[in-house]
Amino acid sequence: MSVVLVVVDAVDGSAPKPTLELLTLARRIGSPAVVVFGPAADQVVPVLAEYGATDVHLVADPRVLEHLVVPKVDALEQIARQAGEPGELAAVLPPASPEGKEIGARLALRLDSGFISDAIDVKAGEPGSGHAVIATQSAFAASWTVTSAVTVGVPVIAVKPNATTPTSEPVEAAVHEVAVELSAAAAATTITDRTVREGSGRPELTEASIVVSGGRAWATASTSP
Amino acid sequence: MGPDGATDALRKALSMGGDAAVHVRDDALHGSDAFATSLVLAEAIKRIGFDLVVTGMASTDAGMGVVPALLAERLGVPQVTFAGRLSVSGDEVKILRDSDTSSETVTARMPAVVSVTDRTGEARYPSFKGIMAAKKKPVQTWSLADLDIDPALVGLVGARTAVLATTRRSARSAGQLVKDDGDGGRALADFLAAQRFI
Repeated sequence: MSVVLVVVDAVDGSAPKPTLELLTLARRIGSPAVVVFGPAADQVVPVLAEYGATDVHLVADPRVLEHLVVPKVDALEQIARQAGEPGELAAVLPPASPEGKEIGARLALRLDSGFISDAIDVKAGEPGSGHAVIATQSAFAASWTVTSAVTVGVPVIAVKPNATTPTSEPVEAAVHEVAVELSAAAAATTITDRTVREGSGRPELTEASIVVSGGRAWATASTSP
Repeated sequence: MGPDGATDALRKALSMGGDAAVHVRDDALHGSDAFATSLVLAEAIKRIGFDLVVTGMASTDAGMGVVPALLAERLGVPQVTFAGRLSVSGDEVKILRDSDTSSETVTARMPAVVSVTDRTGEARYPSFKGIMAAKKKPVQTWSLADLDIDPALVGLVGARTAVLATTRRSARSAGQLVKDDGDGGRALADFLAAQRFI
C-alpha cells in the first residue's frame, strides 16, 4: 500500500487538531506515516496511532528546534527517500502554516517534484486519470474553487486547517527513531531567543470551527455623518 | 522578473533609493510558478552578486510565501524569513519575527536571504529629486538566454502542477439583519445563544 507522509507542526509533544485532520485526509490516499519533531516527540505516538498512523518517525534531535526550516527539510528528505521504492510514496502533507509551506516548497525542490499550498481538501485521483492525488483550493477571496494536481514527482501539498473533521481509526503504530544527517546549510540560521506568548485559551482563528462575524450599518439618512 | 510594465515598478524603486535595476523579461516566462520564479531570480542574483537579498513576504495574488525559502535553497545561503525588524552588524544579519504563538530572534551570517513583513517600517517616499535622479539610473534588461536558463524549465510548460478544474462559488446569502431599536445587543446575544455559540 502506498505511503503518505504527514508532517506535525507542533514541536512540544502535542498533536494539534490540524495534525489529526491531515491524518484523516491521508487515510483516503494511503497508509499515513507521521513525522514528529522535537525531544518530546515520543509523547504524541498514542494519539497518532488512535488516528490511524501506521508509522511514526521521531526526529528528537534538538537541533531541529535551534535552526530555521532546513533541519526539518533535511529530515523529511531523508525519510522520503527511505520511504520505499519509487512510486510507493504517494504524497507528503505538511500543514499550510508559514513554516509548513516553506518546508514543503524546499522539500519539493529537492525531490524534483511539485508543490501545492493552501489546499482545503485532498483526495485520491480517479484510477486512470493520471493523477494519484487531487487537491482543492479556494481562490480569489473564496469566490472560486480550484482543483489541481502535481504533475512531476511526489506531490507535496500543504493543507489548511479545517479541511476535514478528524475521525479516529486506531492502529498499531510502528515507531522509528530517526537520526538525521544535517546538511551544511542546516545550522546557518540560528534561533537565538524565543518567547512563547501566553495562549488566550481560545482556538486559533485559522483553526476555529465556527467564526461569527458581524458589523454595524450606519449609512441611513438619519444617522450618517 | 516581469512583462514590459514591470519597468514602472523598477523606476519607482529607483526613485525611492535604489542604485541600479535589472529587468528579466522574456515571453517564455508567462505563467511561471514559484519554482520557475525562484530559478530565474536566483540566476539573476548570482550574476549581480550579493551580500543580502531582501524580498517581500508573499505575493498578493497566489500568496504562497515560498519564493524567499526557495531562493535560499537555490543560492545555498541562510534563509531568514518573516522579519518584523531587521538589523545588520558586520557580516551578521539579525531579525525579530512574530508568529502566532511566539516571538523569535534569528541570526545568520551573510550572504543571506531575508524576507520582511509589513511591520518592518514605512517605505521611503519618492521625492521629486529622487524621481528626477531615477531617470538617469541604469536599468538593464536580461532575457532567459542572457541567464543561460532553458525556457522549458519556466512558464506554463515548466510548471510542476496543473489546474484540472475551476468553479465559481454561488453567491453567499445576505446573512441576518437586525434592526436596532435599542435592543440590538440583546438580539445579538439571543442569536449567539440560539446557535449555541455562547
